[in-house]
Amino acid sequence: MVQNNLNILIVGVGGQGTLLASRILGTIALRLGLECKLSEVHGMSQRGGSVVTHVKWGKEVFSPIVCQGDADYILSFETLEAIRWSDFLKESGYIIVSNQEILPMPVITGKEVYPKDAFKKLRDKNLNVIEIDGLKLAELAGSSKAVNVVLIGMLCAKEKIELDLAKEAIKHCVKEKNLELNLIALELGYEAIEKRGI
Amino acid sequence: MGSLLLANEAIALGAYEADVKVVSSYPGTPSTEITESASKYDSIYTEWAPNEKVALEVAIGACFSGVRSMCCMKHVGLNVAADPLFTLSYTGVNAGLVIVVADDPGMHSSQNEQDSRYYALSAHIPMLEPADSSEARDFVKIAYIISEKYDTPVIIRLTTRIAHSRSFVEPQERIEIQNKPYLKDVSKYVMMPSMARFRHLHVEKRENDLSRDISLYNTNSIVLRSQKLGIVCSGAVYQYVMEASDASVFKLGMIYPIDFDAVRTFASQVQELIVVEELEPFFEKELLSQGIQCHGKEIFGRQGEFCVSYIKQKLEGGLTTEKIKDKIPQRPPVMCAGCPHRSVFYALKKLKIKVCGDIGCYALGALEPLSSVDLCVCMGASIGMAHGFDKGNTGEGENTVAVIGDSTFLHSGINSLINSTYNNGTSTIVILDNSITAMTGHQDNPSTGITIKGQQGHKIDLYRLCLACGAGSVRVVDAYNIQEVTNALKEEISNKCVSVIIARRPCALLNKKYPPAYFIETKKCIYCKQCLAIGCPAIENLGNSVRINKELCVGCGVCTQMCKFEAIISEGK
Ligand SMILES: Cc1ncc(C[n+]2csc(CCOP(=O)(O)OP(=O)(O)O)c2C)c(N)n1
Repeated sequence: MVQNNLNILIVGVGGQGTLLASRILGTIALRLGLECKLSEVHGMSQRGGSVVTHVKWGKEVFSPIVCQGDADYILSFETLEAIRWSDFLKESGYIIVSNQEILPMPVITGKEVYPKDAFKKLRDKNLNVIEIDGLKLAELAGSSKAVNVVLIGMLCAKEKIELDLAKEAIKHCVKEKNLELNLIALELGYEAIEKRGI
Repeated sequence: MGSLLLANEAIALGAYEADVKVVSSYPGTPSTEITESASKYDSIYTEWAPNEKVALEVAIGACFSGVRSMCCMKHVGLNVAADPLFTLSYTGVNAGLVIVVADDPGMHSSQNEQDSRYYALSAHIPMLEPADSSEARDFVKIAYIISEKYDTPVIIRLTTRIAHSRSFVEPQERIEIQNKPYLKDVSKYVMMPSMARFRHLHVEKRENDLSRDISLYNTNSIVLRSQKLGIVCSGAVYQYVMEASDASVFKLGMIYPIDFDAVRTFASQVQELIVVEELEPFFEKELLSQGIQCHGKEIFGRQGEFCVSYIKQKLEGGLTTEKIKDKIPQRPPVMCAGCPHRSVFYALKKLKIKVCGDIGCYALGALEPLSSVDLCVCMGASIGMAHGFDKGNTGEGENTVAVIGDSTFLHSGINSLINSTYNNGTSTIVILDNSITAMTGHQDNPSTGITIKGQQGHKIDLYRLCLACGAGSVRVVDAYNIQEVTNALKEEISNKCVSVIIARRPCALLNKKYPPAYFIETKKCIYCKQCLAIGCPAIENLGNSVRINKELCVGCGVCTQMCKFEAIISEGK
């Protein structure tokens, strides 16, 4: 169970549901009796740019922002973004990456190339990388949009947060019509960690 | 029950609990959610005004009429509202009036990093700056008390990291305020020289009174820790400092006027005093002007946002530990798949037209591969700049057009259109009418006719409006139709009058019932890459072929106009 401060970074591409993810994590923190601050991105970069949302849990939280080298977890919904933000991970931290690739405009226009060996790049940095086909699990749950919740399930399993508590948080944050699939997505993420025994 | 609120939502909650009756604002990141949340309370009349000046004037009228009012905007919005602001300082208020202004250090979504604190200083208006959401709510209530007691508007300043951060807020009981009767008083409400001279004395007196009383309001706080170093700071920076250092901290909640006596006492308790503030050396210069010795900008920069590690490193004087970044592709924001602006910019680029741009999603037309915007300064500037190119008499105006969004046109473009027609201009103006204020998160505006409360209001007819402003030619084209846009541009540019092309199509994010996606029939595709030239994020270059990402494609079909080989086919066919 979470004892001390926990710093989480949620990264992805504008429109991938980082805001919902941070709201769910905020609700979980409150239910764990922790203080919590979230810092969100609204505006320009939501238009398909690189987006980052900060989540800080703890007994006492001041800054809402996670600094470089200070994240216990990075949840990344996209491979390139995982590399971009990987400097924020602590040595002991985990970066959970859904291995989806979304091409940025400079790649589409042929100015730059999407790194082919992205996961090798991450592992070469001596980071604790957990790769997952989040899109597949999300689709299995019922919607490609649920990658965010799959990754939350994984984080909860790693932190040994009770599944029921996480489910309550999802119920609190998600619209009724999407509830069922998000609960499944949560479970699939949770199981993915338990199965791997990590 | 308490919950995690954005400071913006907490400001709206504070307005509700303080019985604010009227909120009038113009959207602008990072302030927009204040007014959006306020609109959810039945007891608050809320509206989107066409610009910040109008919004503030509405709030002024409401407060004179006897109810508490509020007006919210981003930092540059206060420039637009500065005219009423400075004289409002003289008239003071009847019921309380609070202006909320959100600065954007680091320019997450802005065209500059101006520091609004100087407005408080130069207009002599008290300013409060909260450091989290709960305090944001509390400061709203204090602001109304100060406003009514000292007969002054009050400004609450936020920065992006406060406005857009969530922290815990416990709702409190709502008070009900009696409407204050409006009593005619020309010496207070009619600002002509003879009355204004008299009111100017009031401004000075009330500032002196408040300066003496600051400690009564408990907006400042002191954390005594190490005596070696004392730090003066406010807002988000306070939160960073608490983590970055074990210095004693003087947190300013009222950032103008400053409680100099209290800071002086604090300074005497520590060996060294440092001011940590983002942007300009505002506190530092204020303290130095009162003979309070301190250091600030010789250590900390004026650019961008601070964070815990930056402050730590600057205080400890260590070397920069910034790691070498991986060389990976950038991911700049892009126009969405199906965005109706894309095809217009493609047409402009093909015709090699100089584009005086404006502020909105379409500013992204400056980025590759469309790269067709030449200029972008502030909201509404495009039309005036195009007229200036025209009148510059250098021949530069001939192939120049202004491109402006519907919300921006109604914000401050109309005046410029009137200027161009009145002064015998010949420019061509393209209004990108996507029927919404998209950039700031889809607010309605007079061109949609729907109010923030979801009611039907008068829907402005842009076509008739432009004719009434004197445009010699006005026409409406389908923004998705590259040929139609191109023809219109060619004809109107050669027209020797002010002409307006309204390129119309709703924002692709509005109506989510999309037609089927397109795909590329590989047999027909010769990989000429023409379709990539429009820069649609759904069309991916795989190195030896092109693919349409069906997750992203919204079936707008603009790309089919790019393909000479009819290789782009609808899945619905
Ligand atoms: C004075 C001022 N107020 C507000 C803003 C914030 N802002 C940026 S773009 C924009 C409106 C854009 O709407 P529109 O012109 O309709 O273009 P769209 O984004 O829909 O393409 C606003 C309100 C600003 N930059 N400057």
